[in-house]
Amino acid sequence: MTIALSITKNIHDWLYSIMPETAAMYAEMVLIALVYLGVFAIAGLFLVLLERRVAAWFQLRIGPNRVGFQGLLQTMADAIKLLSKELTGTAKADKFLYNLAPYFVIISSLMALSVFPFTQEFQAFDINIGIFFLIAVSSIGVIGILLGGWSSNNKFAMIGAMRSGVQTISYELSIGLSLLTMVLITGSLQLSEIVEVQKSGWLIVQGHIPAIIAFMIYMIAGTAETNRAPFDMVEAESELGAGFHTEYSGMKFAYFFLAEFINMFIIAAIATTVFFGAWLSPFGITESIPLLGVFWFLLKALILVFLMMWFRWTFPRLRIDQLLTLEWKYLLPLNLANIVIMALLVWHNLTISF
Amino acid sequence: METVTLDSNFKSEEYFINMGPQHPATHGVLRLLLTIDGEIIKKVEPDLGYIHRSIEKMCERDSYQQIVHLTDRMDYLSANINNEAVCLTVENALQLEIPERVKVIRTIIGELTRISSHCLWWGVMGMDVGALTTYFYGFRDRELLNDIFEETCGARLTMNYNVPGGLMFDIHPNFVKRVKDFIAHFKTKLPEYDRLLTNNIIFQKRTKGVGILSKEDAISFGASGPVGRASGYSCDVRIHHPYSALDKVTFNEALRTEGDTYARYLVRIQEMWESLSIVEQLIDNIPEGEYRVATNAVIKLPKGEYYQKVETARGELGVYIISTGLKSPYRLKFRSPGFSNLSLLNHIAVGGKIGDLVASMATLDLVIPDIDR
Repeated sequence: MTIALSITKNIHDWLYSIMPETAAMYAEMVLIALVYLGVFAIAGLFLVLLERRVAAWFQLRIGPNRVGFQGLLQTMADAIKLLSKELTGTAKADKFLYNLAPYFVIISSLMALSVFPFTQEFQAFDINIGIFFLIAVSSIGVIGILLGGWSSNNKFAMIGAMRSGVQTISYELSIGLSLLTMVLITGSLQLSEIVEVQKSGWLIVQGHIPAIIAFMIYMIAGTAETNRAPFDMVEAESELGAGFHTEYSGMKFAYFFLAEFINMFIIAAIATTVFFGAWLSPFGITESIPLLGVFWFLLKALILVFLMMWFRWTFPRLRIDQLLTLEWKYLLPLNLANIVIMALLVWHNLTISF
Repeated sequence: METVTLDSNFKSEEYFINMGPQHPATHGVLRLLLTIDGEIIKKVEPDLGYIHRSIEKMCERDSYQQIVHLTDRMDYLSANINNEAVCLTVENALQLEIPERVKVIRTIIGELTRISSHCLWWGVMGMDVGALTTYFYGFRDRELLNDIFEETCGARLTMNYNVPGGLMFDIHPNFVKRVKDFIAHFKTKLPEYDRLLTNNIIFQKRTKGVGILSKEDAISFGASGPVGRASGYSCDVRIHHPYSALDKVTFNEALRTEGDTYARYLVRIQEMWESLSIVEQLIDNIPEGEYRVATNAVIKLPKGEYYQKVETARGELGVYIISTGLKSPYRLKFRSPGFSNLSLLNHIAVGGKIGDLVASMATLDLVIPDIDR
């Protein structure tokens, strides 16, 4: 971490020495954006591989293990294959929107990544409305799905897109409210502040019962938000073929595919930050080595990612009306009650902190 | 399911959508012409004929030994039972005395075929409601059976093990041991099926009260097999008209009265248990004797009409032969279970969601080559 810090410091100094301040600032922003773009595109590919290996493990199979060591390069090879493929589409598609849709999806997920505190120092963008930013940005993705499904002029894609709209709008309420429940303890939306508060105990411990309820609601809603099983109504392959991306091929399809996995990581990363103390180690065992912050952050996030994969490969899919019943009749009232309980808890100082 | 009456100012539009012939849920080349209003099914029209191979017409050209091979390609998941049906018809017509050994082996293999077919159905059922993992669990157990079949007669799926007059070969020396191993294995795995899918709350919500078929409708649509039995219609040919060695064993008919998708699911799960028990009763006392009685090289059935029905994994398969005394039948008609079961799809799916249609269709357990002969 110190090496990385000194490198960034050197680059920072060098940029400011060779060009005017404003230009240097812009150059720095672009550089950071490129680093994030590169790192997370590759991270997304490895998440795909992880999913495939986990799925194989659940399904009594071996999974990809031929390309590279233990199949590490398999998804790279797939990406290259997809890049070299012809981009086909429907003749009567709304070309502009059809081509625009994948970018909405991938950009919204990449933007959300910028605010996570991977360690104390390593956070690209620490704004005071962090949680709000995350909720706002991650919901842009659904526009891409809606556009993609609608503009490709395919009935199956259209049904998928409409399902996605209904689903995402519903479950965003639960995501927002369950995160707000935790914000009641921290008193701040800023992610670095939220981590600071957790130095006296992770929020899931501090908020005990309502926090655990909020976490469970968050994980359910988060799975629904990423359109993964058991909430994969959007691309329910036994019902809709491939759902909203039926008419996409090649790299445009890959954007949707990659975005799904990055979104899954984002949902896990938000949970890690808000409920499990982001880069903080359990009981402060490695507090003296800030370098390990990244390790703890990724470990916690990947455990939650694994949980979501576990959901996907175990549960059957809900039906669309059951999906909405679950949200509006059960999760939402529970969530609202939970907020009141949490407020009372905070008001009477009943939270646990060490 | 509550129905909401919409404000008359709100104009909803029905639209038409093609489900298939290339669609993951139709398990083959079945085309469903759906009329839907949003997510709600208004009408389902199955369109058949994409893999029609004129099997019945080809039978009029072939000798009776050859016809047996064609039946493999109908309901390929219960291939052996199809073969048995034709063989039984021919043997009854010739009034051949079939050795006990043949009868017992036929029944054992038939029940194993049923288990193997239901294993595949179970995997696919899970996949249709979105639980992809079940497919591999179903196949794990099915592989063991296929290995046994392969050792017995050299083929894993389209077995051609029966010939008019008996069996193609005697069973392999390992057969009894391997079947016993399988029974022991499968008895530990069937509860796993329940843990993974049957007891899952989402699965129960998806299937309970969905696609309800009353007993009267089941009878009038000619439903048979697990579809009929789930509606309380006692239609197991093995009980009412036992053939081969089925009169020597005792087993319960899997009957339920709910008639919904979940009942059809449970009937098939129970059938696997019953089939296991049938195999268990027979496997230890396979009588010694010939595995085949000699027939003429060219079989000529006496002039007349012959009918024999058997219970395949999907329901009642009837074989109806009109013979004019020549080496091939004048007319041969298969009464296939899949065709009648498909005919009630519109009846049970209308008013449900697209997801319900897929779930109901999965429990009809359609094999398209059986419908399009």
